[in-house]
Amino acid sequence: MMTSEQKKELTSFAADIRIDCINMISKIGVGHVGGCLSIADVLACLYGGAMRLDPSNPRWEGRDRFVLSKGHAGPAMYAALALKGYFPREMLDTLNQPPTDLPSHTDMNRTPGVDMTTGSLGQGASSAVGIALACKLKKQENYTYVILGDGESQEGQVWEAAMFAGAKQLSHLIAFVDYNGKQIDGTVEQVGGAPNFAQKFATCSWNVIEVTDGNDVEQVWQAIEQAKTEQVRPTAIILHTVKGKGWRYAEELDNNHNFKVNAEQAAQACAEFEQQR
Amino acid sequence: MAGVLAQNRKEIKDPEMRAVYADSIERMIVEGKNIVALDADLMRAIGTYPLWGKYPEQVIECGIAEANMVGVAAGLSSEGFVPFVHTFGCFAARRALDQIFMSCAYARQNVKILGSDPGVVAALNGGTHTPNEDIAALRAIPEITIVDICDAVMAAKLLPQIADTYGTFFIRYPRASIPRVYDESAEFTLGQSVQLREGKDLTIIASGIEVSEALDAAEALAQEGIEARVVDMFTIKPLDVGAVAAAARDTGAIVTAENHSRNGGLGSAVAEYLAEHSPVPMERVANQDRFGDVGSLRYLMDEYGLSAGFIVEKAKKVLSRK
Repeated sequence: MMTSEQKKELTSFAADIRIDCINMISKIGVGHVGGCLSIADVLACLYGGAMRLDPSNPRWEGRDRFVLSKGHAGPAMYAALALKGYFPREMLDTLNQPPTDLPSHTDMNRTPGVDMTTGSLGQGASSAVGIALACKLKKQENYTYVILGDGESQEGQVWEAAMFAGAKQLSHLIAFVDYNGKQIDGTVEQVGGAPNFAQKFATCSWNVIEVTDGNDVEQVWQAIEQAKTEQVRPTAIILHTVKGKGWRYAEELDNNHNFKVNAEQAAQACAEFEQQR
Repeated sequence: MAGVLAQNRKEIKDPEMRAVYADSIERMIVEGKNIVALDADLMRAIGTYPLWGKYPEQVIECGIAEANMVGVAAGLSSEGFVPFVHTFGCFAARRALDQIFMSCAYARQNVKILGSDPGVVAALNGGTHTPNEDIAALRAIPEITIVDICDAVMAAKLLPQIADTYGTFFIRYPRASIPRVYDESAEFTLGQSVQLREGKDLTIIASGIEVSEALDAAEALAQEGIEARVVDMFTIKPLDVGAVAAAARDTGAIVTAENHSRNGGLGSAVAEYLAEHSPVPMERVANQDRFGDVGSLRYLMDEYGLSAGFIVEKAKKVLSRK
């Protein structure tokens, strides 16, 4: 069980991620706000204690690996990395402004702490599986985490990867589905049909954990703890989240995948995030 | 040049190329190279099947899911492994193109993709399985290396070299036995073409199975008093532009010969260079923008204009334009 102090710490970390994320997006004026805010809480759990990591040594062999398969949520990851000290927070101001080491989609060759280049949806699923397989072949005990989008999971490659990981029994692979229910052209259901993620992963021989509030750090943390007890199967954690979470304007905006954010809006958003610590 | 070409090359019967691949993979495993060999349900087709049970940690079955296989290879590469990935060339370059682009090349991984049975070598698998566009699709990807293997000696020499050379590679590779070109002692340097025959009248720049045809064509031309230089451009990207420039300068006429579409392959690469740097008359032997078909290799080489006689024809045509 999580102490109230731990919960407060992670909740506060999630608020900080949201604040830095929206501030950096507002500097360039536009970005993938919705899907960044929906994963702030799982990122807070991962970078706030669930993952073994050493920000002073981003390539430390013993670290847990992390692949942001929905690579367009890069800004949320950059915020988490900067807050953990992988690079100076001032660097966040360079998002998408060349020459920058913080491109829109995550790039392992440019940003300290990024383990895999992503952006073309579905591909991070396979590369994360490859990393988990590599760690298993090297007889390492570390975990590989991957965050998939719900819309992203319309890509067939995700299910090729899921079948492979299940068949190879990659027990140290933990995948999250950011099930915020929305994508560019509408709801996930409207665009791609109702996805039963739990059933799909289960039929690929995965352990499945549903998290009813994927924006609650305590629920997410407990799911990760539970996943780590699994000895055979990879684990899928289905996070029921809210796209644009924490900023009322973003949550209510119909098309909240990628939109313009000015300084005034950012200030309003940050004021709301401050209330959520 | 002297000694590079096999003596009595027509009389040599080499093992199947799949055996050369499997032997090379096994040798690299035994030598302790950090390689893994991935396949998409075609181990029996490329000869690595017996290795699967023997080296379960190095030989990995990925099932019929090429996109995932290439992505898994990228993940393995990022952890320090050197993955060799095999499937038929059509699936490797067409189905997994985006994965080769982003997860491998753009991410600066160390993945070696073996696309078997290029062009008409697909033979009885027919037009659906005929990769005539793999080079065209891949050549536009920065930093990738594309190699077109022409015989068993080259395969055995280059595979370990490719394993030791960091970067994303695409290797065009026949599975069956193909004519011998090189002497066992031949050595190869990636990115450097090999001059197989000297000649002053024109240069035939060939790759893959067309190298043997180019040598036959050069012999036929010699009977008619035409001296053709023959260059094996086995690395198609990066192109050995020095050899192209020298061919233009020394012989003033060029014929390219490739088992690939005329659009975007070796001939295109050579033409691009010549047009910008040293324009000389040039003709191309290649698939003439047609879909592939089913048939024996020899039938298809004649049907698609790839056998030696067509190179002779183009050589005479290019000489008439000098």
